[in-house]
Amino acid sequence: MSLYYVQKFLYELNRDPKFQERYRTDLENLLNEFDLTPEERTALAEPDIGKLYHIGVNGQILMHFAAFHHIEWQDYLQRMRDGVAEHGPVREGVYATTGYEGVEAHSAKLGQRTNIDHEEG
Amino acid sequence: MPLVFAGVASHAPGITGRADQADPEVRDAFYASYDQMRQALEASRPDALMIIAAEHFSNFFMNNMPSFAIGMADRYEGPIEDPDWLGIERTTVPGNADLSKRLITEIMQTSDVSYAEEWRFDHGIMVPLHFLAPRYDLPVIPANINCQGPPLTPVSRAYAFGQSIRRAADAVPERIALIGTGGISHWPATPDSGKINESWDRDFLDKWARNDRDALLAYTDEDCLRDAGQGSFEIRTYIAVSGACEGRSGEVLFYAPIPIFAVGCTVGLMDVA
Repeated sequence: MSLYYVQKFLYELNRDPKFQERYRTDLENLLNEFDLTPEERTALAEPDIGKLYHIGVNGQILMHFAAFHHIEWQDYLQRMRDGVAEHGPVREGVYATTGYEGVEAHSAKLGQRTNIDHEEG
Repeated sequence: MPLVFAGVASHAPGITGRADQADPEVRDAFYASYDQMRQALEASRPDALMIIAAEHFSNFFMNNMPSFAIGMADRYEGPIEDPDWLGIERTTVPGNADLSKRLITEIMQTSDVSYAEEWRFDHGIMVPLHFLAPRYDLPVIPANINCQGPPLTPVSRAYAFGQSIRRAADAVPERIALIGTGGISHWPATPDSGKINESWDRDFLDKWARNDRDALLAYTDEDCLRDAGQGSFEIRTYIAVSGACEGRSGEVLFYAPIPIFAVGCTVGLMDVA
């Protein structure tokens, strides 16, 4: 119900170094300042990228959050896939998954080599 | 002075952030086209570069979302993203508040635009700048169209915004260059990141290069979302450049789908006179 405030929390975090510092050192109090459900608080704190994607966080906001946590790109994509597999389709918004063969198969079809790092982030 | 330069280019963060994962052959051909654009831009001797971007919740949020915004500061900072992730160091980019104010004042006569005296650049502006003004010595005037948080700016208004920019750019004594940056079809920041509808892209770019106003304004959000992903909402930035160059045609210097960059990578120039 409070997807808006989940996204607002992430918006502030993504752009404000002071907010990022509080995320690291004063997370409980910081979360208390937003109208969040227990599920949302947990997802923001862990961080549970798959759950946040499932509840409908705009991907552009979530992408920056994953980068903030130094989650490697392929791992970040996999966490979203896992979130959908575990929790079901995206609840609301336009960031639904639509089906894709994957970057490596797609690149091969185009005759492009790839050098993808599959290391867990 | 009349507008001195117009073009479009991709801005996806993978272009710089995942450079080492791409096929060097296609990547370097793309970079070479971006460099060709830089040379054309420099040859136009611009006093300032207006960048029409589709920012990604770096400055504007759903608490107060402008359909259009233009920066009005003497300096900007970016990127907001982790510099290692984006592959671009944090830096300060020069602006020109006085020039912004004069442009905005004129643009407001025909388009309802918000102004912003603070603006932090994300990859949507930093990636193009990395290629087009790598020494960050060209004053930038950032502009934004809401392509991210629905309800979105209508494409017809994006075209009209470009017309308003043109009137304003032509009216100031400075030499203004203009670029639009965004993706065409793509599904960025979803598990389908890398998916690209190449035929849709080529059809769009054909309409863009012919500057076919009616064909460009016929795109609906429903069709875009179904066929080209939520990332295709960023065609507004290209359509604004079309509006700024009404009656002129363009040339696509480069187009290739590069899945690891999560977008059909594009560089295009539009005639301004």
